[in-house]
Amino acid sequence: MASTQTESTTSDVAAGLSTDHSRAAADGAHTHGVGGTPQGSRAERLTSFDADVITVPSGREEEWRFSPVAKLAPLFSTELASSGVQTTVVEAPEVTVEIVPRSDARLGQAGVPGDRTAVAAWNAVKEATVVTVPAQAVASAVTSIRVEGVSATPSASHLLIHAGALSESVVLLDHVGNAVLSETVEIVVEDGAHLTLVSVQDWSSEAVHASSHRIRLGRDAKVKHVVVTLGGDVVRLTPDAEFVGEGGEVEMVGLYFADAGQHQEHRLFVDHAVPRCKSRVTYKGALQGEAAHTVWVGDVLIRKEAEGTDTYELNRNLVLSDGARADSVPNLEIETGLIEGAGHASATGRFDDEQLFYLQARGIPESDARRLVVHGFFAELIHSIGVESIEARLLASIEAELSKSMSVIEGTAGTAGTDSSDAGDQVTA
Amino acid sequence: MSTLDIRDLHVSVETKEGAKQILRGVDLTIDSGQTHAIMGPNGSGKSTLAYSLAGHPKYTVTSGTVTLDGEDVLAMTVDERARAGLFLAMQYPVEVPGVSVTNFLRTAKTAIDGQAPALRTWVKDVKGAMEALRMDSSFADRSVNEGFSGGEKKRHEILQLELLKPKFAILDETDSGLDVDALRIVSEGVNRVKANTDAGFLLITHYTRILRYIKPDFVHVFVDGRIAEEGGPELADRLETEGYDRFLTTATA
Repeated sequence: MASTQTESTTSDVAAGLSTDHSRAAADGAHTHGVGGTPQGSRAERLTSFDADVITVPSGREEEWRFSPVAKLAPLFSTELASSGVQTTVVEAPEVTVEIVPRSDARLGQAGVPGDRTAVAAWNAVKEATVVTVPAQAVASAVTSIRVEGVSATPSASHLLIHAGALSESVVLLDHVGNAVLSETVEIVVEDGAHLTLVSVQDWSSEAVHASSHRIRLGRDAKVKHVVVTLGGDVVRLTPDAEFVGEGGEVEMVGLYFADAGQHQEHRLFVDHAVPRCKSRVTYKGALQGEAAHTVWVGDVLIRKEAEGTDTYELNRNLVLSDGARADSVPNLEIETGLIEGAGHASATGRFDDEQLFYLQARGIPESDARRLVVHGFFAELIHSIGVESIEARLLASIEAELSKSMSVIEGTAGTAGTDSSDAGDQVTA
Repeated sequence: MSTLDIRDLHVSVETKEGAKQILRGVDLTIDSGQTHAIMGPNGSGKSTLAYSLAGHPKYTVTSGTVTLDGEDVLAMTVDERARAGLFLAMQYPVEVPGVSVTNFLRTAKTAIDGQAPALRTWVKDVKGAMEALRMDSSFADRSVNEGFSGGEKKRHEILQLELLKPKFAILDETDSGLDVDALRIVSEGVNRVKANTDAGFLLITHYTRILRYIKPDFVHVFVDGRIAEEGGPELADRLETEGYDRFLTTATA
C-alpha cells in the first residue's frame, strides 16, 4: 500500500512573514513539514454517536490545537437548549419542510460525528428540521433557511437537507444574530442528484458557532458546497464529504473575512472511499486587524479502493494588516497509485505591492486600489457559485466588509492618505 | 502647454549590500507635443528613470528635482502623479486577478478625471480604442493582464494611454518582446495619441527599431545613470550602425 502524507502550515505573519505568495500559482506552492505535529491517518480519527467515546478535549488534540477551546467549552456539554436560535424556512414550491423528533430514522445517515461539539450536539438535540427535495424534482426557486440567534443560551440544532435521486436544487442557509450554537447539517444527496448549498455565517460579533456539515454523495451525485464566514466571535465549521457511490463530484468553496479578534476555522475532510469520484476544494480568506485568526485544514483521504480519484485542494490567504494570523494545513493521504490526479496548494501573503503600484500609477488612490485587489481576490470565487442572486448578495457583503475594514486597512498604509470617498463607489464589478 | 522638467536627478535603490546609486544627475526638459527617445545599453538606468518618475517605492531620490508645470512631482504619491498627468506604460504590466479590464479602466478614468465618464461616450471610446489596437472585445471581461500574452499586455498599456489622455507619457521599453506586426499596432496607437493630443513623450528603448515607427524629436543616449550625448533623430541612425560601444568605453575609462 502506497501511503503518502504531506502537511504544510503555518504563516504567523505577526512574526514577520514578508514573502509575497499572493500570486503563487496553484502548482504546489507550499512548504512541507513546517511546524505542526505529525498526525495519524485521517482514517483512524475517532468518530462516534456516543458522547462517552469522544470526550471533552483539553485543547492540545490535533483537531483542537488551533481553536479557542475556552470559548467553545459551553458547546462540549450534551445538555444544550434549543431556544437560542429560531429557524425559518422559505422553501421552493417543489420542496417540503418538516420538524421531526431526533428518533426519526432519516437522521444520522450522513457520516458520523468526528469531534466533541458534533457528538454533543447529536446527543443534545430533541428535534430536527428536514428539508426534502423529492426525487426527480427540479426546484424552481432557491430554498432559504434562516437561522437567527435570539439568545446566548448554549444551544444545539439539527438540519437535514435531503436531495432525492435525480433532483436539482439550491439551498441557502443563513446565520444571523447572536447565538452560542452547535449545529449539525446533514446533507444527503441521492444518486444523480445535483445540489448547491450555500452556508453564510453572518453572525453578530459575539456569536460562538460550531457546525458539523456532513455530506453524503450517492452515485453520480453532484454537490457544490459553499461556505461564507464573515461574522461572529468564533466560528468553527467542519465540512465532511463522503462518497458512497461511484461518479460523485463535490466542489467545496469557501470564503472568509476575519476582522480584529475574530476566530474563523474551517476544517474539511473529503473521504474518497469509492472509485472514480472527483473533489475540488477552494478556500480563500482575508484577514485584517489585531488577533484576527483564521484556520484552514483540508484533509483528503484517497482509500485503497478509490481508484480513478481526481482531487485538488487550494487555500489562499490575504493578510491585510499586522497582528493577524492565518494557519493553513492541507493534508493529502493516498493509499492507491491508480488515481487520475491529486494535489494541493496553500499560500498566504500580504498585499502585492506591485499590484498596488500598478493601480496607483493609473491614478487610483491607494485605499481604492486595496479595495479593488481584495474585491478581485474574492470575486472569482463568488462568480463560480453560479446562482446570480446569491452572487450579487455575497459581492455586496464583501463590499460591506471592506468598507468596515477600510479605516484599519488605511491605517496600515505607509503613504497616501488620499480621500477615498470620491472614487469609493467605483469598485463594484 | 506643459513642461516636465528633470534637474540633476540622483536615484538610489536599496540592495542587500546597501544603497546603490543608479541615476547620477539626469537633466531633461520635455515640452508638450515633443517626443524624446532615451536610448542606452542594459543596466544604464533607463528603467530606473521611468519608475522614479512614476514614484515606485523601490527607488529613493537622493537629490535633484522633478517638476510638472512648476509643481513638485517628487512630493506627490504615485496616484497623485498620475492624476497630475503622468503616465507610465510599463515594461512588465502587473496581473490583477479578479479585476476586469472594464472595471479597471472605468475606475482609472474616474480617478484621473475626478468624475465618472459619461457612460455612453465612454463605452464607445473603449470599444473604438480596442478595435484600433486589434484587441478582441472579450478582453473587456478578462482580469487585468491575467493570462495576457506579452503583446496583449503592451496593447493594453497603449489602450490605457489612449483612454486616460495624460500630459506626459513614459513608455518603458514598450517595444521589447514584440514582433513586427504587434510593434506596428502599438506604434500606431502611440501616433494616434501624438496626433490627437498635446502629450509629450519619453520613449525608453534599447533598440532603434521602434523609432522607425515613432519619430523622435530628440534622442538622448543614456550611459551609467546620466545622459552622455544628445541630438536629433540622426543620433539614432548613428547608434543603429555603431552600437553603444563608443559610450561604454568612455564610461569605463
